[in-house]
Amino acid sequence: MFLQHLLNGITIGGSYALIALGYTLVYGVLKLINFAHGEIYMIGAYLGFILVSLLPALPPFFQGHLLFFLLIVFLVAAGLCALYGFYLEKVCYRPLRQAPKLTPLISALGASIFFQNFVMLTMGAKDRIFPQTVGMTTYTVAGVTGTPLQLAIILSSVFLMALLWWFINRTRLGVAIKATSTDPLMASLLGINVDTVISVTFMAGSFLAACAGVMIGLYYGTINFTLGYLGGIKAFTAAVLGGIGNVPGAMVGGFLLGIIEALGAGYFSAEYKDVYAFFILIAVLVLRPAGLLGKGVHERA
Amino acid sequence: MLRLTDVHLAYGHVHALKGVSLAVAAGEIVTLIGANGAGKSSTLKAISALHPLRSGAIEFAGEAIHALPPHQVVARGVSHCPEGRRIFYDLSVRENLLMGGYLLGKKELEERLAAVLDLFPRLRERLAQAGGTLSGGEQQMLAIARALMCNPRLLMLDEPSLGLAPLMVEKIFETVLSLKKGGLTVLLVEQNAGAALAVSDRAYVLETGRVTLAGDSASLARDERVVKAYLGG
Ligand SMILES: Nc1ncnc2c1ncn2[C@@H]1O[C@H](COP(=O)(O)OP(=O)(O)OP(=O)(O)O)[C@@H](O)[C@H]1O
Ligand SMILES: [Mg+2]
Repeated sequence: MFLQHLLNGITIGGSYALIALGYTLVYGVLKLINFAHGEIYMIGAYLGFILVSLLPALPPFFQGHLLFFLLIVFLVAAGLCALYGFYLEKVCYRPLRQAPKLTPLISALGASIFFQNFVMLTMGAKDRIFPQTVGMTTYTVAGVTGTPLQLAIILSSVFLMALLWWFINRTRLGVAIKATSTDPLMASLLGINVDTVISVTFMAGSFLAACAGVMIGLYYGTINFTLGYLGGIKAFTAAVLGGIGNVPGAMVGGFLLGIIEALGAGYFSAEYKDVYAFFILIAVLVLRPAGLLGKGVHERA
Repeated sequence: MLRLTDVHLAYGHVHALKGVSLAVAAGEIVTLIGANGAGKSSTLKAISALHPLRSGAIEFAGEAIHALPPHQVVARGVSHCPEGRRIFYDLSVRENLLMGGYLLGKKELEERLAAVLDLFPRLRERLAQAGGTLSGGEQQMLAIARALMCNPRLLMLDEPSLGLAPLMVEKIFETVLSLKKGGLTVLLVEQNAGAALAVSDRAYVLETGRVTLAGDSASLARDERVVKAYLGG
């Protein structure tokens, strides 16, 4: 039983981690919580839904090469959401760069409400059911039951995180994100265009969140325009749990939250599944505000 | 090469520069001396566009640069090594240096890295270490090395000797002199006026946002007003 819960927790935790990375990356460069980030994840899920629904109308080639088709779904949804992140920052945050801290927060909530309602009006308020694409064959190994989809989701999450790790540690632009997070003025003195770095950070975070959205849609099979609210708060919890601003922290926090939720739902009560995240959020903020991998506040100064 | 004309700069109500005019010719080392709060760092911030001017003009290599954003001033060949070193603590020494060469091409970057490490061999042993784990002197070397990575035409150093042991101070000033021999132009801000005047060609004295004295370093070092105020005479 324990291993079964663990598997389910890791599947969902991977998505939490991917969304949490967006919060943490943006917090790093702007010291701002992008509260419209959950909506990017929701829009990613809807784009995934729209694209997957196109499958029956496509040439038979795509039905025969399902993996290839899904790869395209991911790339298109994530690509569009990266653009969304780019414009979100340009329209909602950049003009407020010099404003008091609370102002961009209000702007973020505005964007969030706007996009929820936009999706509700265009896609309807009812749950949308993802068309069945991947076979739901289950396999049982050593008492643990899983689907190929579940395995694919876990592997994709890990792959995307590895990709991000490579980007921020091995490319010049990625290292510039880290440098800008530490000291944006110094970064600009070295020739780094801080505005570009901020845009790229939003795009990278949105790309990952959209991938998580498509995964969650495929995994649960139903999506709703309110998805971004709960998903956003949970991923934010994961980012805080790992230490906001800390990239490995967001990864660890995401998986940990997924596992705790799955264990809580399995051993205590499934109805309270969504409560555990809030409980953890409060506990971390009270007991260890810097998060598990975060540095003490004094070191940050 | 660099010319400031009647530069005014203010932080809100604090009028930090009240009409600073100065010039630096190619190949020179020029020192700015002045008491705490005189406006030395503000002058450098004005040049590197970290802070907008209230009025006045800044020209570099014949081009007005005071309306450019900081990253474009660097691209013109003006490198600013600010006070407090400000190295990226979490980044490795290598990453710090790579960021210094952010604007270079891939091949040029490798060449520059090798050249800069030849200048500061100590850093070569520390490449993989996080910047924050270096000693104060090593951090200052890293800060200068990072500022040199972009192969600047003008290097601006803000209090490079601050808080360093005498031996390290000597090493830093030796480095500045050897850079000048290599053809680099240097604008130096120093509290350590004696050492700075000894290495520089010319100097300006700043007092509460204004240039009050200017001249060649050797005669300023003998000027009784300078001796009294800045050389502890
Ligand atoms: N960011 C800021 N906000 C407000 N006032 C500032 C700021 N930076 C500098 N000042 C003020 O501007 C004046 C000039 O400061 P500046 O840093 O240029 O002096 P400095 O000559 O470099 O001094 P020091 O030797 O202490 O480094 C000072 O009165 C200082 O208090
Ligand atoms: Mg200063």
